[in-house]
Amino acid sequence: MIAALFFYLFGGVCVASAFMVIAARNPVHSVLFLILAFVNAAGLFVLMGAEFLAMILIFVYVGAVAVLFLFVVMMLDVNFTEMRQGFLQYLPIGAVVGCIMLAELLLVVGGWAVNPNVTLASPTPPVNEITNTEALGLILYTKYVYFFQAAALVLLVAMIGAIVLTLHHRAHVRRQSIAAQVARGPATAIEIRKVRSGEGLRPHDAKEGV
Amino acid sequence: MAIGLGHYLTVGTIVFTLGIFGIFLNRKNVIVILMSVELILLSVNINLVAFSTHLGDMVGQVYALLVLTVAAAEAAIGLAILVAYYRNRGSIAVEDINLMKG
Repeated sequence: MIAALFFYLFGGVCVASAFMVIAARNPVHSVLFLILAFVNAAGLFVLMGAEFLAMILIFVYVGAVAVLFLFVVMMLDVNFTEMRQGFLQYLPIGAVVGCIMLAELLLVVGGWAVNPNVTLASPTPPVNEITNTEALGLILYTKYVYFFQAAALVLLVAMIGAIVLTLHHRAHVRRQSIAAQVARGPATAIEIRKVRSGEGLRPHDAKEGV
Repeated sequence: MAIGLGHYLTVGTIVFTLGIFGIFLNRKNVIVILMSVELILLSVNINLVAFSTHLGDMVGQVYALLVLTVAAAEAAIGLAILVAYYRNRGSIAVEDINLMKG
């Protein structure tokens, strides 16, 4: 009973905030609703018994991806109200495609059945013996280690790609040259001049080096 | 009433449809399009985990982990492209992105 209550709470808030992501006028609000949708999806994962994935969802999405989105939305100085124009123009085609997709998916969900003779690749161990995190770790690092390595490579390529795309060297920027500073000695830094009394030392005299 | 597989699949279906709908609805705002793609990947994850717990097979959760990784990488690369594009062109309007139309 309490599980059903929490399912409807998490599922309802998840769907409502997913709707607000695409309907909100301000993209900052969209990002905040995206965070809400992900937190509620993590709640659904906990209800299903996938605690590790729920925590990863919160770490990766709320901790990293959503903050990245917020950062980019706030950094780019874009007129978002201008972008809202044509919103209603695309509404009919979007509604048609969305309704067709929904109808097809509901037909699939309604008419689907599991083959009773299906063989499981890695059956879930009983929950009272071993936790979800431990069970996942036991197969992730042994049987599916190549999956794990592939995921690591995807992240490596994404990291390098993001750095290469956004790093740029500006021209006409004076930077500190540590080598030149360290190599400076008395011979290049100090100059001894005799100044006659009554006459000053004008700047262009200093440059000429009398 | 007991909450079964069908309930979770329904949530996944609705979130997936909202993601598709969002791509069509916000044709001009590429940031919201990226967020819609994130919603679609989230619904895929809900489906994978629902089937994983229903069948009692851990592989679904391993695969959901892979989808999560790809989603994070996609968001990072997409936003990096967006920042680089904005630096070059001063706008991120989708209809201006037509340099490669041939």
